[in-house]
Amino acid sequence: MRRAYFKFSWVAMALLAPQLLIIFVFFYWPSAQAVYWAFTLEQPWGGGNTWVGFENFRNVLSDPYYWASVRVSVIYALGTTALAMVMAMTLAVFVDRQLAGYKAYRVALIWPYAIAAPAVGLAFRFVFNPNAGILSYVNTVAPGLWDPTQSAAQAVLTVVIAGAWKQVAYSFIFFLAALQSIPRSLTEAAAMDGARPLRRIWDLQLPLLTPTIFFLLVINITDSFTDSFGIVDTLTGGGPFRATDLMVYKIYADGFRGFDYSGAAAQSIILMLLVMALTFVQFRYVERRVHYT
Amino acid sequence: MIERTPLLNILSHVILLSGLLVILFPIWLAFVAATHTLQAVNSAPIELLPGDQFWINVKAAWQESDFGPKFVNTLIVSVGVVVGKITLACITAFSLVFFNYRGRMLIFWLIFITLMLPLEVRIVPTYAVAANALQPFQVLLDVTGLTSLITWLSGIEIALEWNLLNSYTGLILPLVATATGTFLYRQFFLTIPDELVEAARMDGAGPLRFLWDVLIPLSKTNIAALATIMFVYAWNQYLWPLLVITDRANYGMVVVQLSDLVPDALTTGGGTPNWHYAMAGTLIVMLPPIAIVIFMQRWFVRGLINTDK
Repeated sequence: MRRAYFKFSWVAMALLAPQLLIIFVFFYWPSAQAVYWAFTLEQPWGGGNTWVGFENFRNVLSDPYYWASVRVSVIYALGTTALAMVMAMTLAVFVDRQLAGYKAYRVALIWPYAIAAPAVGLAFRFVFNPNAGILSYVNTVAPGLWDPTQSAAQAVLTVVIAGAWKQVAYSFIFFLAALQSIPRSLTEAAAMDGARPLRRIWDLQLPLLTPTIFFLLVINITDSFTDSFGIVDTLTGGGPFRATDLMVYKIYADGFRGFDYSGAAAQSIILMLLVMALTFVQFRYVERRVHYT
Repeated sequence: MIERTPLLNILSHVILLSGLLVILFPIWLAFVAATHTLQAVNSAPIELLPGDQFWINVKAAWQESDFGPKFVNTLIVSVGVVVGKITLACITAFSLVFFNYRGRMLIFWLIFITLMLPLEVRIVPTYAVAANALQPFQVLLDVTGLTSLITWLSGIEIALEWNLLNSYTGLILPLVATATGTFLYRQFFLTIPDELVEAARMDGAGPLRFLWDVLIPLSKTNIAALATIMFVYAWNQYLWPLLVITDRANYGMVVVQLSDLVPDALTTGGGTPNWHYAMAGTLIVMLPPIAIVIFMQRWFVRGLINTDK
């Protein structure tokens, strides 16, 4: 730990103040407000909010639309995470072999990270549109077979594919960095013992990647629960018939289109608890159980 | 290369190229769509090769969305967020590391917990706060009875109001708090040897002089790495500007324009969808952050890996 400090003075406080003020006003106050709204109900003729206990939560949890939203969010989270991570890991393992064109491969797999979620959504909306998209061939043979604007399952599939596509670059960067930090002497020792490249992938690289895999697993799942708004908004708008109404999108729709602050707040609290649980898992278990030196 | 593996090398290239195809193909299709006429882009077999309408479509999309002023706005907001985040991260971490006072751990945790409160989950109340950023203080004054006390003493009615809707401040301020940036700076400051602090103190340098003359020059790589990822983050903001800015003519950001380019029943009125304009607009919007990531690749990768691990 540090031994030498500057003498404590007003400077220390003045340097802290801006960030603390901002997180108070824009993080803690709104979160407290959400808790307040979640347990109260606004009176229709004014006169402030009345305490209603868990009533808002009961309403949300007995709403079949809410459970449909939870279900599709879980499908989205698991689907995008699995697809993106498998693809990113496979590509990182082969890019790490540093064959000819290594740098070109690397750039080409990193840049999609920079694309804004709504841009990804809009691009995939075009790519998968039933009339002029990539699958319009199918419709010329069997009209109406592919139509994500009508079929719920196909709409969910497009959202998952777009979400996974967007996540690949992020995981790829982490996998590649982890692979490159494996000491060369380890690889050489394994080669001396007669392990061929594919065996080294299985028995050396993958085990050494476990911390990265767990880290990315939690981060990707958390992100897909909270960060899906942009993709859904331009790709499907939550439709057809609420089939892609992810939890974040439903909070937005209920809060800003339905003006149901209490309902939206109750959903926010549930999502907040979910994010906290995931973050907790990440710091508590992932960091401790999986380690190597 | 440890051993010669010609067969495996070919297999590797095949896998990498097919991965590349999956990644690049959707964007290629979007690009091709942006180079064709309305008829060509809406005909059933999708076009796979570019046409000659690219600049015409780009121009049309540019004018339709009025991208000129929106690029300026987005640049202002992005630079504001980058500068704000780096400054806040730096000075907060400096205070936490180079001064010895009680409650440092508590403050560290207060900042840490904001990681679990992403904007999306507290969106409705955060919007309410943006409508009056001084509301929290007003409520505190009301609840503690200070408002009525002051009114009784001086006859002045206290009504604090600071509306952030439709302003650059409203776009920037709620986005500048940064837990990850503060951690990164804290990690870096912890590696500064005590001797450096002692030497500075012996030379009579105060804390601010030490920060400005010694630490900031030393943290240039940190700044470059953070700036790259924060710029991309700020440029790509969508939900927040969508809500806070209703006056899009003056304060609109480019990414939000995408919501107007979606060719659905609302925008085409049941007519043929303007995919060629929509895709041209998409390309315009995605280009600047892509350029940043490609040109600043080294800093970008370092920033990303350092802030999240």
